[in-house]
Amino acid sequence: MAYNLKEVMEKPERLSGGHRMCAGCGAPPAVRGILRALKPEDHAVIGSATGCLEVSTFIYPYTAWKDSFIHTAFENAGATVSGAEAAYVAMKRKGKIDDTYKFIAFGGDGGTYDIGLQSLSGAMERGHDMVYVCYDNEAYMNTGIQRSSSTPKYSDTTTSPQGSVLPGKQQYKKDLTAVMAAHNIPYVAQTTLTSNFKDLYEKSEKAIYKKGPAFLNVLAPCPRGWRYETPDLMNICKLAMDTCIWPIFEVEEGVWKLNYKPKKKLHVSEYLEPQGRFKHLFKKGNEHLIEEIQKDVDKKWEDLLRKCGETI
Amino acid sequence: MAIRERLSGNEAIAVAMKQINPDVVAAFPITPSTEIPQYFSQFVSNGAVQTEFVPVESEHSAMSACIGAQAAGGRTMTATSANGLALMWEMLYIASSSRLPVTLACVNRALSGPLNIHNDHSDSMGARDSGWIQLYSENNQEAYDNFIQAVRIGEHKDVVLPVMVCQDGFITSHAVENLDLLEDEKVKAFVGEYNPEHYLLNTKEQIAVGPLDLPNYFFEHRRQQAQAMMNAKQVILDVAKEFEKVTGRKYDLFEEYKLSDAEIAIVIINSTAGTAKTVVDELREKGIKAGLLKIRVFRPFPQEEMVAALKHVKALAVMDKAEAFSGVGGPLFADVKAALYGVADGIKVINYIYGLGGRDVKADNIELVYNELQNIVKTGQIGETYRYVGVRE
Repeated sequence: MAYNLKEVMEKPERLSGGHRMCAGCGAPPAVRGILRALKPEDHAVIGSATGCLEVSTFIYPYTAWKDSFIHTAFENAGATVSGAEAAYVAMKRKGKIDDTYKFIAFGGDGGTYDIGLQSLSGAMERGHDMVYVCYDNEAYMNTGIQRSSSTPKYSDTTTSPQGSVLPGKQQYKKDLTAVMAAHNIPYVAQTTLTSNFKDLYEKSEKAIYKKGPAFLNVLAPCPRGWRYETPDLMNICKLAMDTCIWPIFEVEEGVWKLNYKPKKKLHVSEYLEPQGRFKHLFKKGNEHLIEEIQKDVDKKWEDLLRKCGETI
Repeated sequence: MAIRERLSGNEAIAVAMKQINPDVVAAFPITPSTEIPQYFSQFVSNGAVQTEFVPVESEHSAMSACIGAQAAGGRTMTATSANGLALMWEMLYIASSSRLPVTLACVNRALSGPLNIHNDHSDSMGARDSGWIQLYSENNQEAYDNFIQAVRIGEHKDVVLPVMVCQDGFITSHAVENLDLLEDEKVKAFVGEYNPEHYLLNTKEQIAVGPLDLPNYFFEHRRQQAQAMMNAKQVILDVAKEFEKVTGRKYDLFEEYKLSDAEIAIVIINSTAGTAKTVVDELREKGIKAGLLKIRVFRPFPQEEMVAALKHVKALAVMDKAEAFSGVGGPLFADVKAALYGVADGIKVINYIYGLGGRDVKADNIELVYNELQNIVKTGQIGETYRYVGVRE
């Protein structure tokens, strides 16, 4: 059935309003967009790593989650949700449960790229029928904007501060989506918020309803850490796609497919410029740093085009 | 009719697990507990259980998966030792505070470093404040019996806490002993169905587990958890009574061995109690009034009952198979001494650290302890209270 934004938006919300996430944060629209892909008749168990999403949606005695929800710690959303899924399998086998449940774990980039990587890798390798979603905002935002292995090179964070000698983070961002694709699981995809939420919806539907483990990496900007104006959220996402800094693709049963190719590939400075975390790169004399980022993006984009069988 | 068997302590636990037929077992190999998931996965492969076995990539994930599974509504179990238990540390506290009655077989082993695979109690003693009920086992029979009772204790509505069943690595985990097993149906009937009040996979009620719990509620939740631990004592006794009806085997918070008229006594945990009982028998033959108290339940700590059992003793040695590096003695010593303080101050209490890292504990070592106690009674001089036995210095 063709995607229809209006129809999809009429589905009941599974993450209710009133939670305490910031205005202009990419995580709640990402979560809501993903949960909309659940069939209304299906139940879900949602898990979350410790992070902004967890501490802002489940403050005792209130929860914003309409489905059953579990949080245990920072580094183990993969293992925790895999345990819940295992119980479901056993209880179904024993005839203790009839209904259909889906299992979705959320983690930020800190809880996914870094401290939770082992737990995630284990859960995916074991083949649990679950989806792990990384809402990637490229730093430890919940503790106050510290660098993670997902933070892009030259970002100004509180543990990779730009100073008189060092212009922010010294390392490139880890390519986690490729790492997860190398697990040879049925479905891996990378996306972000697009104006009609179609890409996120379709990928979530595949991830949730394809049997076996799936991984979604969703770029979810953070206005506090990235220092953009809160109404610019969707524009920042669009620039990430159009500069090819955050390509939109999927790996289904091992086949790489590009889902978005900008008509005109924009220069990276268009994406960097509205963000305070890159402000120092626009000081006179730092032009070469921006060009270095451009070169890196160009190389990675070409690599991806090759993997996806696209013409360069 | 009970089934006579010859099993190692690890196999006894695995057989108990098979008879319980839990929903989920999530485990990671570590010596000396590795055999438990090995035996169990064979049961899974042979279709002897309906359990979902989750071969996780670490003990941290083992306990995380257990928490997820138990919260989902499944009866869940695991096994570990030493560094494995240490890697679970963070999650032990989260299991107990989330009030999830996971059952864990802890095969006691020295906690690194340096690396040592042999027995002492530093692993479970370190976890004594994690909110888990701790049951200890002298031999394979007790390990088996405790494990079956643990399920009932932890899941009881007045408790709802996780339970750790400890036994000595290699000494009982790998030694094959005769024991009586219950028939499968009797175990099944004894543990019953797991019917949690709230769980994630309840279609009639969605729940949320593991909140951010700020100062206006956290304290009350801790208080409730402390109450559950206090409630556990009576439940442990009640479950033991029921177990006795089925098996004829009697369990209490601790075992008293020739203690009622003893003048000198030791407090001890796990397999060394067996060695010590032999020494007590020998001393009794010589007319020396020696006795022994073997801890079965360390958490909750049976303070009042222990005081009642020990208050007539003249000199007492508390035996710790773990260092606490407090500079004044081991963890069991601290608890026993605190229990006696102000209510049985006449007793002269000393502490012995023994058997660390699997150092053999012989009858001679235990005899030396009783000799020292006799000296203390004779001279009235207690001397150094923090002592080592069986160490080269």
